[in-house]
Amino acid sequence: MAGSQDTVAGPGASGGHATGTDRRERLRRFWKSDFVRSSPFWLIPFLLMGLAVYGGIIWNFLISLTDYEGFLQPPDYSNLDFEMYAQALADPAVFSTGRNTFVLLVAFTTITLILGIFLAILIDSDIRQKNTVQTIYLLPFALSFVVTAQFWLWMYNFQNGLVNTVLGLFGLGPYNWIGNPELVLGAIIFALIWQFSGYCMVVFLAGLQSIPNDQFEAAKVDGASIIKTYWRVIIPQLKSASVSAAVVLMIFALKIFTFLYAMFGTYRPPKGTDVLATLMVREAFNLQNWAYAAAIATILLAMGLAVVAPYLYYQYRARAL
Amino acid sequence: MSQATTSEPDGVARLLPEISYRRLGLYFLILAFVAFFVSPIYTGLVTSLKAGGAATTPFLPPTLDNFTLANWGQAFDQLSRGFVNSFAMAIPATLLDVILGSTAAYGLTLVDWRRQMPVVLLFVFGIFLPYQAILVPLSDFWTNMLPLTEGLIIEGITILPASDRWGSLAELTITHVAYGIPICFLLFRSYYKTISKELVEAAKVDGASITKIYTRIVLPLSKPMIGVVLIYQFTQIWNEFLFSLTLIGSSSDQAATITLILSGIGADLSGVNFPLRMAAAFLAALPTIVIYVLFAEQFAEGIAT
Repeated sequence: MAGSQDTVAGPGASGGHATGTDRRERLRRFWKSDFVRSSPFWLIPFLLMGLAVYGGIIWNFLISLTDYEGFLQPPDYSNLDFEMYAQALADPAVFSTGRNTFVLLVAFTTITLILGIFLAILIDSDIRQKNTVQTIYLLPFALSFVVTAQFWLWMYNFQNGLVNTVLGLFGLGPYNWIGNPELVLGAIIFALIWQFSGYCMVVFLAGLQSIPNDQFEAAKVDGASIIKTYWRVIIPQLKSASVSAAVVLMIFALKIFTFLYAMFGTYRPPKGTDVLATLMVREAFNLQNWAYAAAIATILLAMGLAVVAPYLYYQYRARAL
Repeated sequence: MSQATTSEPDGVARLLPEISYRRLGLYFLILAFVAFFVSPIYTGLVTSLKAGGAATTPFLPPTLDNFTLANWGQAFDQLSRGFVNSFAMAIPATLLDVILGSTAAYGLTLVDWRRQMPVVLLFVFGIFLPYQAILVPLSDFWTNMLPLTEGLIIEGITILPASDRWGSLAELTITHVAYGIPICFLLFRSYYKTISKELVEAAKVDGASITKIYTRIVLPLSKPMIGVVLIYQFTQIWNEFLFSLTLIGSSSDQAATITLILSGIGADLSGVNFPLRMAAAFLAALPTIVIYVLFAEQFAEGIAT
């Protein structure tokens, strides 16, 4: 764990007396190494974060193996088994919330990415007030889920909401966006797209601006149309920006609890929008099934890992971390 | 009447409308999206200013007859405790996150030592952690192992007196600090990678210690990034809801943060009082909106990295 010095000192260790001074020398070098001398800087945050994140994950897994429920008291770790996972796999609620989670994840991520690219290209063209437009597009992302959920609750209001009022002008509706189990998930996804497409746009804009201008020029000289230029030349180069944005969006989609709770004000969102994240929190803090909630949390973590691990590996290999 | 004279204006005429149509279409699209992004906020704003607001058209501004600020006043009364609590929690948590994120990034980026990559990876994964995965242990920890609400006394010295309100807020602050470190670490790391290695090496050759390099060279250079992280992290913590719900629980609690109170405001058995709810939503978002409008560029930089 020391710096590069330990390999230098390593082979020299032979004979009783020599080892003594050698060890002392090695120790002295170890204390002067960059590893030790930089540790006051990173060790405290690392320990705090490590305990919170990795200690929490391990502890959560341990709790999921117990039968812990009821009042918050120290759990009983004497009898560990995978009963909660078996129960989760057989639970129809886990199945239906898992399906909703998947639909939300795929639909929300795909549409937000496409809209994000489109907005980035729109803003990247030569327009006036570029910064103002960008600020407006990004504004929803600066707001809390709790705040935007209130706005959308009002937007989707059956009698007086803006959505039904505007659709009414075209002779459509009114639709019961929140009460109808077939519409509500789509309505939620639409609201989330509204909040996150500005974020996507900023990520893609940073990618677009790193592409040298002469590529646009070259394509223009070749007589390629604007759409063709973007489709063939520019968008393929946004691959790494797309991957980063997609990972962030998918993680947000997995833990989408706050928006649903804030919108409906209960642990149980209407049928059709119940996702794994809300199921987990409900089992824990509403029903006090701590062990069962911990098992669902582990399943959520595994889904998160499936998204993040390949991404981190890819970034690590690309030396981008 | 030669061919050249007829084809020339024809060429320009063919070119001109095409360009202006294209620009017209572009601006039309941009404005349409402006309307898309603004309309939920706009309809909330006009509704919050109406007396019997819920019953009238959602896109019209209030008329002289039904204009009122009563909703805002009422919302402020109900939220004021949440304002105090949220500031008391978010400010120290943000400052600590900036300090810890910056030092960690320095020790792992500008000071090079072998096998630091696994440590970096452990930090970065923390950004993507779905918080549901640690909620049960988190509430177990603050309820059974270290209940700060009962005060904190080490070796007979009272560090924190027993208080339900401030104890809960201290728990919340520490939680936010711990889970905020990874993103602050990454933001600072991406910035420190752009600081020239030669500068640090030269200082090292001159005999400057690791601490001195940090305080004399790196910290003064970090100013722009400190701004970005302060803005980004404060917004994140102010907006956060799940930890507040887990550790504090009810919006009637003395320690309830602003997001917690907002989620239940103006609701009773007859339904939701939308004008009041909208006014409260704006008040709760006000600090973040102010920061966002003043520092939009730093905010955008924070999320693009």
